[in-house]
Amino acid sequence: MSSLRKHRERKLIRLPLGERIFYVADTLLMIFLCVLILIPLLHVVAGSFSDGASYMAHSGLLLWPIKPTTAAYQSVIANQNIWTGYRNTLFIVIVGTMLDMLFSLVAAYVLSRKSYMFKKLFNLMVVFSMYFSGGMIPFFLVVKGVGLYKSIWSLILPSLINVFNLVIVRTAMTGVPDSLEESAELDGAGHLTILFRIITPLVLPSVAVVALYYAVSHWNSWFNAMLFIKDRKYYPLQLILREILILSDTDEGFMMSETIQFATIVVATIPILCVYPFIQKYFVKGIMVGAVKG
Amino acid sequence: MSSLSKKGKGQVINRPRLSLITRIRRDIHMNWQLYLLFLPVLAYFIIFKYAPMAGLVISFEDYKAAKGIFGSRWVGMKHFVNFFNDPFLPRILRNTFTIALSTLIFSFPSAIVLALLINELRSRQMSRLVQTISYIPHFISVVVVCGIIRDLVSRTGGVTMLLHGLFGMEVTNMLYEPDFFVPIYIVSDIWSNIGWNSIVYLSALTAIDQELYEAARVDGANKWHQIIHITIPCLIPTIVIMFILKVGKMFDVGYEKIMLLYTPLTYERADVINTYVYRRGFAENVNFSYSTAVGFFNSVVCFVLVFFTNKITRRLGGNSLW
Repeated sequence: MSSLRKHRERKLIRLPLGERIFYVADTLLMIFLCVLILIPLLHVVAGSFSDGASYMAHSGLLLWPIKPTTAAYQSVIANQNIWTGYRNTLFIVIVGTMLDMLFSLVAAYVLSRKSYMFKKLFNLMVVFSMYFSGGMIPFFLVVKGVGLYKSIWSLILPSLINVFNLVIVRTAMTGVPDSLEESAELDGAGHLTILFRIITPLVLPSVAVVALYYAVSHWNSWFNAMLFIKDRKYYPLQLILREILILSDTDEGFMMSETIQFATIVVATIPILCVYPFIQKYFVKGIMVGAVKG
Repeated sequence: MSSLSKKGKGQVINRPRLSLITRIRRDIHMNWQLYLLFLPVLAYFIIFKYAPMAGLVISFEDYKAAKGIFGSRWVGMKHFVNFFNDPFLPRILRNTFTIALSTLIFSFPSAIVLALLINELRSRQMSRLVQTISYIPHFISVVVVCGIIRDLVSRTGGVTMLLHGLFGMEVTNMLYEPDFFVPIYIVSDIWSNIGWNSIVYLSALTAIDQELYEAARVDGANKWHQIIHITIPCLIPTIVIMFILKVGKMFDVGYEKIMLLYTPLTYERADVINTYVYRRGFAENVNFSYSTAVGFFNSVVCFVLVFFTNKITRRLGGNSLW
């Protein structure tokens, strides 16, 4: 690491010409990429503060609002559907992520233990389900069969464990030295104490990243909600967004002006964008992908 | 101490062979707390992962909701035969394959290239900034992404105008043009995921021993040699694992996104196996058994693909998933 820093600290000017060109080109390319990534977002934000009629008349990318106004936001805030959607999504994200983590931690803990007979079988069972699935209709029938159809829990219980996430946590837990657990065991600690007091703090980067994965997937999911939720009272935010952003293009009943669509996007996206920078420091440390052995 | 551990070992290995049932009983007696802990997880997997697999049996029946899985009439391979004669089969196979392959060719390497370029940045602040910005799109939901796409490629949208200005493309709503569907899908896919997918490679890059570079430098290797002979070989194991995982999900092409973007006008290029499964299951000409048969076919193809990719990569370089 120190040699890396030394290497980085060498003055750019002292490097061979080829490398100097490479570094400058690399930096420029990265700046260009960042601009490319940000332009559509800037367009959305600029559009959301624009005057509706003027935007309709305009064509092309927008980098600054036309006739700045907050009218679009006022009508978004007045839209009761969005707030109901928000409430449902928050419930799903918070309760869902907590249950997901509880189940994933326990599963990863058991799967990473050493000495018990069914270890191979359990691991095989878990990993196999990553590569083979019953598909859409049987899944739908099972969810319906256990009585979750039309219930908000249909968006939480059937997706408790994502096997890829589970494997990330399991890989991290396998790396924890046995001696720590053994000494805890000698002190009379039970499995739950070992899991939550000793191992979890040690694999915190992976836990943080996986929790973020789960939270984001709950926040973004709309397909299962479309299949299972029939009562508008329980619509998550993404289904409301689908009506406003997608169906409004084709279906007269959902017609919405573009500036309002943009304002809706901003309102529905800001919260999740505020969360991830806090966890970003864990990203690179937390996602180690090893062989996903059964 | 050593005699004690020897004795402990002897108890397991040298004892006269115990019957399986006795061994299971003993194991459960020893580890009952562990099994108790796993019970809810086991229940979850059985109900939500394995019960649906068992539910695949309805693809051999004429499933009627009123009669249930056990009461419906058994028809054997009927739905599979119908599927292989389905006039839409060539279309959905071709589209699934085109989109999956395009993702593999364009989206998959883009993240690797980005990770390499970020890794070579000299300034730490710059590197952190590029990471933070390139992660943003990953946190924007697919519904919102499709909403933005719809605006950008509409008649007056930014992308349409740009292409019109640069290449003189005819001004039209690109979403209604079948030939634009795959490019729109791929470009937006890269936009959404390039940053996020690069993380796994960045974390592999931080694990490379810096001494290697120092040694190479002493031996007169320039930047290019270092990338080719050190960085990339060190990345290969991660690339292989991500590749196999990707192949496994290949035929599951982002159907959620496709459903938000396609219209009957673009079915010709956009309709894939999973969107067809959805339509035949819930939207048009509904037939649960038929739809399940199509999904079953998809699952089997995916599984076979993963299996063989794994086999091939293991033979080629010793890197494999299992």
